[in-house]
Amino acid sequence: MAKAKTAASPKPAKPPATLERELITPEGVDLRLRLAEASERASAFLLDAAIIVGVLVAMTIVMLLALLATKGHGGSAIAVLWLFGSFVLRNLYFILFELTPKAATPGKRILGLRVAARNGGRLTADAIFGRNAMRELEVFLPLSFLFAHAQDIDAVIALAGAAWCAVFVFFPLFNRDRLRVGDLVAGTWVVKTPKLKLLRDMASRPDDTRGLVFSAAQLDAYGVKELQVLEQVLRRYDAKVVAAVAARIRGKIGWTASDGEGDGDFLDAYYRALRGRLEGRLLFGRRRKDKHDQG
Amino acid sequence: MAELRLKSSRFRAEREADWLKLEKLLTRAETRSASALSDDELIALPVLYRSALSSLSVARATSLDGNLVDYLESLSARAYFFVYGTRTSLVGRIGRFFAHDWPAAARSTWRETLVCAALMLMGIVLAYVMVNQDPAWFQSFVPGQLVEGRGPDASTEQLRQTLFDTHHQNTAQAMLPAFATFLFTNNAGVGLMAFALGFAFGLPTAILEFYNGCTLGAFLAVFISHGLGYEAGGWLMIHGVTELTATVLAGAAGMKIGWAVAFPGDRTRLDAAAAEGRKAATLMAGVLVMLFCAGILEGIGRQMIQDTVVRYAIAATTGVFWLVYLYAPRRAPKAMEGGRG
Repeated sequence: MAKAKTAASPKPAKPPATLERELITPEGVDLRLRLAEASERASAFLLDAAIIVGVLVAMTIVMLLALLATKGHGGSAIAVLWLFGSFVLRNLYFILFELTPKAATPGKRILGLRVAARNGGRLTADAIFGRNAMRELEVFLPLSFLFAHAQDIDAVIALAGAAWCAVFVFFPLFNRDRLRVGDLVAGTWVVKTPKLKLLRDMASRPDDTRGLVFSAAQLDAYGVKELQVLEQVLRRYDAKVVAAVAARIRGKIGWTASDGEGDGDFLDAYYRALRGRLEGRLLFGRRRKDKHDQG
Repeated sequence: MAELRLKSSRFRAEREADWLKLEKLLTRAETRSASALSDDELIALPVLYRSALSSLSVARATSLDGNLVDYLESLSARAYFFVYGTRTSLVGRIGRFFAHDWPAAARSTWRETLVCAALMLMGIVLAYVMVNQDPAWFQSFVPGQLVEGRGPDASTEQLRQTLFDTHHQNTAQAMLPAFATFLFTNNAGVGLMAFALGFAFGLPTAILEFYNGCTLGAFLAVFISHGLGYEAGGWLMIHGVTELTATVLAGAAGMKIGWAVAFPGDRTRLDAAAAEGRKAATLMAGVLVMLFCAGILEGIGRQMIQDTVVRYAIAATTGVFWLVYLYAPRRAPKAMEGGRG
């Protein structure tokens, strides 16, 4: 089974300060997962909470209408339905959604997040149950405590409740893996699985700029980092930015523009040539990180 | 494709179709389920996944197209989660849970279960003795909302009425199912809390179990002192056997985590908590099922059955049932779910 680095050694090194984590698949490839930011987790939760409350309100309205329609005779059945429905919403909403292949609640789906096992293994049902059972302690207990007895508790207790709440709410900010207590207990974490589109290869455009030839010195002015910035500039193709970048590069490599040479065509040709040069060196095991990398 | 001068562009042109095919299959499998794919597609998917992984390795080593590498990373991760993700159906999982996982989890926590049971028993005995000596203690053991005319000042007749609901039976019966549901959701909350609090080294869980016992002991003291011990036992045990077992198991699950956090052994505290937490969570799922049964027994059974002997009979049956179901030796399950790809 795949192993994340943290679980592999008995005395794991401190996790890195960035949110990128190593996940080696059984095939031996590192997937370089990115953990969800605390802000994304919070937004996902708020979305889910909004959905739960919305459904609860809608359910209550429907039940009240049903009560009116049956003129109060169906009272008992409706009460059962309502109580059971709200229980399912509160306790099973997260569990049932995270048991699906996407392993994410609607809120997480919207933000492109999913739950994964921290050791890189299979995400099991008991892990999902465990991480969500903890929500009882993290969210519902303090909430129900504060709201149910709001009128007859004194300030000290209210303050203690708020502090209790705060410990759990801010818990993810105080560990590098952004774990909430439920994640900690269940051995899970939340990772980003954005759905990226495969965009056009910027070097595969029909070539009408073959006339532009750059010297080796001109191509050695930049490294991979600059190449990828240039890639983004070309993808967006904002006329002003293109002009500015073209002027900058021409200045740096000492290029004099010939008549009728467009900024876009120049950048296109330079991108292609630079990428060819850097990729050629990559094949020989030399990756030039950026323009300061002289090695 | 003569115009593709770069090796990385040629590489991409060769493999692109496979990636897009994999992406399409994944999108379909994710939005619906694995059953939305045909057999051929299901067989093709792991192959496409591995070819995407190899493309990713090649792209990282040879291509400087930023979007391409990012795309392959996200595609491979999605495919990885699908290929190595959960395999069994929801129904299969639930079946396995009842047949094996839940009893196994209960058996493996027998030590914590005994500790919790002992704590609760201690609470019962302590509160019983104290209330017997000075009824004033009753108030400090029982929260006001639970009293409902069962305090030490109540007359024997009043107490009897709380056990055998006779005079407003009709209205009561109509609302029984609602009452049962309410009790279930309420108890489930308490059980989940006992579990969740175990995280703090199990101490709050222990206190909760003990306090639960105290409440019970105080009630018993009042009823027994009025000569209603036998009837009160039936009133309590018809659902109490199930409910108290569930509470004890919930506490045991919490303690298991607390113990692992306090004494992780060779593992790190985090790993220990995670490993035990998952086992304990299985047990908690079972506890919820038990509390559901208890809610039905309490809300419906206790109000419909007014005869003490029958109440005791049901209590004994449920007790034997849980004992046999959870702790009787059984064959090991046939095989672990699915392969690992």
